[in-house]
Amino acid sequence: MVKFSESQLAEFNRLVARYPEGKQKSALLPVLHLAQDNFGGWLSSETMDYVAELLNITPIEVYEVATFYSMYNTKPVGKYMFEVCQTGPCMLRGSDDIIAYIEKTLGIKPGETTADGLFTLKTVECLGACGYAPMMQLGKHYREHLTKEKVDAIIDECKKTAGVLN
Amino acid sequence: MGVKLLLAKAHIEGIRGFDVYRREGGYQSVEKALKQMSPDSVTEEVKKSGLRGRGGAGFPAGMKWSFIAKPEGVPRHLVCNADESEPGTFKDRYLMEFIPHLLIEGLIVSSFALNSNDTYIYIRGEYAWIVDILEDAISEAKANGFLGKNILGTGFDCEIHVHRGAGAYICGEETALIESLEGKRGNPRIKPPFPAIEGVWKRPTMVNNVETLASVVPIINMGGEEYAKIGIGKSTGTKLISACGNINKPGVYEIDMTISVEEFIYSDEYCGGIANGKKLKACIPGGSSVPILPANLLLTTAKGETRYMNYESLSDGGFASGSMMGSGGFIVLDEDQCIVRNTLSLARFYRHESCGQCSPCREGTGWMEKILHNIEYGKGKISDIDLLWDIQRKIEGNTICPLGDAAAWPVAAAIRHFRDEFEWHVNNPLEAQEKNYGVAHYADPIHVPVTA
Repeated sequence: MVKFSESQLAEFNRLVARYPEGKQKSALLPVLHLAQDNFGGWLSSETMDYVAELLNITPIEVYEVATFYSMYNTKPVGKYMFEVCQTGPCMLRGSDDIIAYIEKTLGIKPGETTADGLFTLKTVECLGACGYAPMMQLGKHYREHLTKEKVDAIIDECKKTAGVLN
Repeated sequence: MGVKLLLAKAHIEGIRGFDVYRREGGYQSVEKALKQMSPDSVTEEVKKSGLRGRGGAGFPAGMKWSFIAKPEGVPRHLVCNADESEPGTFKDRYLMEFIPHLLIEGLIVSSFALNSNDTYIYIRGEYAWIVDILEDAISEAKANGFLGKNILGTGFDCEIHVHRGAGAYICGEETALIESLEGKRGNPRIKPPFPAIEGVWKRPTMVNNVETLASVVPIINMGGEEYAKIGIGKSTGTKLISACGNINKPGVYEIDMTISVEEFIYSDEYCGGIANGKKLKACIPGGSSVPILPANLLLTTAKGETRYMNYESLSDGGFASGSMMGSGGFIVLDEDQCIVRNTLSLARFYRHESCGQCSPCREGTGWMEKILHNIEYGKGKISDIDLLWDIQRKIEGNTICPLGDAAAWPVAAAIRHFRDEFEWHVNNPLEAQEKNYGVAHYADPIHVPVTA
């Protein structure tokens, strides 16, 4: 059963309070981030229905938004999602090679998740890090000036954090 | 060294925090504006400064402010557009990350001018860590009496809220941004009504870019007339340029718009020349949407005059032989880069980012990507080049918002200036998989006849 904890509900109320009374729908994008962060990294239909109920809007109003914005995952994803930029400026600095290297190392294609559920590879469009290319987003932060060695180190770091590698 | 108004202090240790920022002269413009000026006189200074919108369109900011409707009893809102998503552009991120109080200061003064008691920063969802930086800066400003109720005892109330987007280039378009701020899909609205009349929650709304609003700080501090003396012609003040691609020193540079493109690329103060000793082939000087220029037309205009880093000079020659200042996303391509591949990458971007509302953009961006894909992978026909030209012509000007134009222009300019490279790909499909077309005549210091 999907339900915010008390502290998450407090955060929900803080988000809603930013907008004028009766305009609580405006909090939808931030609330979906909150839900995705706390309910397994993706938005199930149960999660979306719950958000609709909390904001007193219809479920379709949530579905149409969740499917429009690229940061919302409407399917389960791995524990660590490598969102690698492939747009022009990154491509000029070798992002194609980085993506190919991650594909080879993890044995997955963009959009796929490793069998152990640890990694998802996603190609994304410009994240505003063009001067520090090639790059990827990992969680809240950017990893920039990527090289094959850096990719290896990031994979090890994730495995260590997950307790898979000592 | 040119004049630096925004980033001069960005690297002072601790400037991200309120105390150091304040000690370095921060928040003086708030004191000046709120205590000594009226909202209209702040707008007047911005008008006098000649400041042009730094998001890409370059529309005079003060004039835009003067359009805001003032119906009795209806709240008005200032919305800061921090949805920076134009490929090649990362200047707003830099400003917010390193000197966040400059933006907060600019927002308070601008909110006062526009009488916005609840101001929003719409920031792209991926800049998640910058949300924290901004919220910290807002809390500090509030704790020091520069935000909240009765600021500095002047009776002016203002709150700033950070609203995080979720990954959609289109939300940088102001009416799509407003839709998104209302919790909807980012589908641009038909104008009129313009947001200044009817924006978020049907209230008068002013949407301005991060850099534009930060520039209000030096304008108020030095006065609009003094600000207007920096730069040249209608390119007043300073501009942040985010330089990327195949250069030695990618990064964000503040320029005063009097330097030449050549100096910007080759001097050590800025880009430091082309990386790995390669030759300059082409450049997209103002973010991915503006026309790409071959080296020779980039450094000099079609008339053979030196081209400068400002609004007028970059657009000299119109689209036939010029480009645009745009957002200041300066993308440099060296001799090893393939124009077809680069154009394909950008076409994919626009197909991905089209909101799908208007058929010419929704369908056209996909067609362009597929045709470019065929040409790049050795399956193209000569007639495809004309077909591409035809499609981009039919997108441009036929959509609700400028995303259609933004998708059409890079394709048009690539064909206009590099048609021979496209033809070479079609005629040598196998060779094109292995080899690069190279710089050809583009780097020659001679006039290139404009085809198409």
